Amino acid sequence: MKLIFERSVPGRHSDLLPVCDVPAAPADYAPRTRAPRLPELAEVQVDRHFTELAGETRGVNGGFYPLGSCTMKYNPAVNERLAALPGFTDIHPLQPADTVQGALELMKTEEKYLCEITGMDAMTLQPAAGAHGEFTGLLLIKAYHRSRGDQARTKIIVPDSAHGTNPASAAMAGFEVVNIASDANGYVDLDALRAAVGPDTAGLMLTNPNTVGLFDPHIEEITRIVHEAGGLNYYDGANLNAVMGIARPGDMGFDVMHLNLHKTFSTPHGGGGPGSGPCGCKAFLADFLPGLRVGDSPEGLVRQTALQTIGNMRSFAGNFLVIVKAYAYLLSIGREGVPVTAANAVLNANYMMNRLKDLYPMAYDTVCMHEFVMTLEQMKHQIDVSAMDIAKALLDHGIHPPTMYFPLIVHEALMVEPTETESKETLDEAIEVFRRIHEEALRDPEAIRMSPRTTRIQRPDEVKAARKPAVTYDFGA
Amino acid sequence: MNFPKNLKYTKTHEWVRFEDETTAYVGITDYAQDQLGDLVFVNLPAEGDTLACGEAFADVESVKAVSDVNAPVTGTVAEVNEALADAPEMMNEAPYEAWFVRVEDITDTDDLMDAEEYEEFVKTEG
Amino acid sequence: MGTYVPNTPEEQREMLAVCGMTDLEQLYDCIPEDVRLRKPLAIPAAASEYEVTRQVAALAGKNHVFSTCLRGAGAYRHYIPAIVTEVTGKEEFRTAYTPYQAEISQGVLQSIFEYQTDIAELTGMAVSNAGVYDGATAAAEACEMCCDRKRTAVLVSSTVDPKVLSVIRTYRFGRDAEVRLVPDVDGVTDLEALKEMLTDDVACLVLQQPNFYGCLEDADAAAALVHEAKAKLIMSCNPVALAVIKTPGECGADIAVGEGQPLGLPLGFGGPYLGFMATDEKLMRKLPGRIVGQTEDRNGERCYVLTLQAREQHIRREKASSNICSNEALCALTASVYLAAMGPQGLAQVANACRDKAHYLKDRLTEAGLKPVFDRPFFHEFVTAAPDEDAAEKILARLAEEDILGGLALGNGRILWCATEVVSKAELDKTAALVKEVLA
Repeated sequence: MKLIFERSVPGRHSDLLPVCDVPAAPADYAPRTRAPRLPELAEVQVDRHFTELAGETRGVNGGFYPLGSCTMKYNPAVNERLAALPGFTDIHPLQPADTVQGALELMKTEEKYLCEITGMDAMTLQPAAGAHGEFTGLLLIKAYHRSRGDQARTKIIVPDSAHGTNPASAAMAGFEVVNIASDANGYVDLDALRAAVGPDTAGLMLTNPNTVGLFDPHIEEITRIVHEAGGLNYYDGANLNAVMGIARPGDMGFDVMHLNLHKTFSTPHGGGGPGSGPCGCKAFLADFLPGLRVGDSPEGLVRQTALQTIGNMRSFAGNFLVIVKAYAYLLSIGREGVPVTAANAVLNANYMMNRLKDLYPMAYDTVCMHEFVMTLEQMKHQIDVSAMDIAKALLDHGIHPPTMYFPLIVHEALMVEPTETESKETLDEAIEVFRRIHEEALRDPEAIRMSPRTTRIQRPDEVKAARKPAVTYDFGA
Repeated sequence: MNFPKNLKYTKTHEWVRFEDETTAYVGITDYAQDQLGDLVFVNLPAEGDTLACGEAFADVESVKAVSDVNAPVTGTVAEVNEALADAPEMMNEAPYEAWFVRVEDITDTDDLMDAEEYEEFVKTEG
Repeated sequence: MGTYVPNTPEEQREMLAVCGMTDLEQLYDCIPEDVRLRKPLAIPAAASEYEVTRQVAALAGKNHVFSTCLRGAGAYRHYIPAIVTEVTGKEEFRTAYTPYQAEISQGVLQSIFEYQTDIAELTGMAVSNAGVYDGATAAAEACEMCCDRKRTAVLVSSTVDPKVLSVIRTYRFGRDAEVRLVPDVDGVTDLEALKEMLTDDVACLVLQQPNFYGCLEDADAAAALVHEAKAKLIMSCNPVALAVIKTPGECGADIAVGEGQPLGLPLGFGGPYLGFMATDEKLMRKLPGRIVGQTEDRNGERCYVLTLQAREQHIRREKASSNICSNEALCALTASVYLAAMGPQGLAQVANACRDKAHYLKDRLTEAGLKPVFDRPFFHEFVTAAPDEDAAEKILARLAEEDILGGLALGNGRILWCATEVVSKAELDKTAALVKEVLA
């Protein structure tokens, strides 16, 4: 496939702008010495180039995408149409409040709904992604301890099953990370937790259901241990899709959390972003929230700043157009739809797991939440077919592979999250493919190790890419 | 698997080549590079940094993992093998030539094994 | 209604049976009763697509889209070519996940590689990442790249956008590290003061080009001073201006960052936007976030993968220099399509039109009675002074009556104006006439 720069022909362009209708101003500044080598193309070439690239890209609206921990649910069309309304897209973030009452009302209402779903008291929509929400929440924890004059709380406890963003966010917020092991069931090891907490504990970060797809039954004990030690509990909302409307982090003893609107609330992932990672907290942390707060006044809704704000996590109010999409989604599914969505996400996962577990050993043989983890360790030992090989074989059958090699505590892991928006027949087809691949692996392991066999690109050399990085096009001399 | 006789080894798979009592070269073993797979980068300390026995002083990256490299001796970094940054494959191809640092003013050493002991250690560990 | 769950109750029962269950409720037996939510959520009932459309459109209708926009200050109204919207709306790009599975993600991977090349070309730097959340977080992440154990303090020029400064402060609060403000003189960074402030604990200086007041900084001189003190220079640049002004690379900057919104992204009440980051080869491995690299597959075919991943949080965990995971990939694609549609000639045309119209507006407003605050080269923003704050407020209110969003009030009668290629001479003349009327 050609790069766009290889399609460039000097002199080609589109007529997009009128001739300037004011006199030229003096160029009284140091100019760049060479024009940027941007591609020169006619519009038809631009269109065909990106259409070709789109053809080599897989979206969830185009097919099954059971990526564990990513919640690749269908992205509804109406959300896109509504977020594209000029009343949202063409308003300047620094417009006077009386000219953006609709935007402020939408944000305020969405904050309220999200607080209700999570059991939190206040929410900021400013963070641009889940990890950004984590960082926000940890800074709230830091500001809280500092405000009480407690400088000693320097450690954040993170289970070894956590997403990498958890320890990384804690480090960015200046905390030392204490990793604690999970027990044999994949739950928090209560003894390890008791041993880890103390006067230096700032807080605990936890995903629940956890990253192996299980709801920790000791959740109240866990949050109590941390509270009794004087720490706060942070809830990573990555897996909220399994329990929304069923159980609330705020009722489990969590003080602060983030949500991923691009997972749980159906906004598209865009090939990696933009997401949106609202951060919610209990009332005692609300005064530290960053960014724009929407408040009431006699003249209508106004922009405010929290009293002891930690500042700003980014410019302006947040990924507003993403927030609009999540708002439309919330209105669509409504109070009845929230728990139905969760229950069907869990049902779809359990259905797939039950129909696969005779062939694929499950890391934890129990009722799962919205995702399950299989371990191919045995297969790897017996016939030298790895989780990676199975994942690549799925590509030949038009299925996006599950998450591979995560969580780190399960060897040869494949983590499957079907989501609630997949129909039974889609799941049945995928189950059939998994079973056929298993059969083929036993019959002809070499063929599976050679997967994928039908894609244009097959097993890129990642070592070469990393040893001698080429990250921009080489224009030559 | 290669275990040169002139080197000393750690349980965390680093090798040490003493020039004299207070000066040594340090790298990772053949066994280590085999376990880690294709290495793509190394983060090295700076000249003048101090090394403390048993503590990480560098890390090596494969495509999907990063592993700490521990100091087998306590001392000062006198020289850094910058060539590794440009040619990380040397750590895989010639692990005993691909030294990371030359350490001077060595004041302490870890419990080091000789080649035979280390070969035995690797056998039982593997 | 509207749950987006395709399976019928009958199908759900069949599936439950496979799990040995009869009721959805049984799926949640593992959750302790104490934490179960046993009441309906206090949010509205489900609604049909039609109702949702009416409700959300009503909110959009409560916002006012100004016919003329003369406000910038970090977010700019530019013309967005139709092809940009068309391409970025494609389902594949819009609904794809991060391209971890390279075999079926070559399209998005190649688009990021092309974006990285565009950013390297615009900034005159060697390498670029796949982008971060916005311009302000890009600046904050760049500061993190420069700091080490010995150099922990960050200098930020007081001519940097206050929002960017605020985000840098918040990020540095995380590291308990100091941010020091370099004063300004006549609308640009005070280089004499800077010289004094470059102590040996200073990691870097953040300089904005053009700066918050629209003025062009002497970046070469700043670079020389900063490098003499063995610190690093971070330049936060407007990407449209980069079509014509001296690049960060040419000025000797170590890291170039900026807000990518002007490259085809709508104002959108502040987001999603795009933070771009570029640097030289020496600092490449300190870049946060995703980077796409070129390689070959097992058949020797040229292809692209996410590379240098061992820097990132999912591998390095607490030792990663940044926690970023999700970025703004679709916004990076948007920038890439915008730049392809514009080409070098089109982008220069935009930049020149911005400059010309801003200069025209400045002259007309001066004639109308406003006083330019700084007499220096500027790009597409500039500051005027009205006799007092009251007059400034009246001006902005009068313009709003005529559907013109005037400049941003900075206090003390000062207004920060911006003109881009989308405002016509007639709109600028009308603005000046209205200002004159208020001041009369």
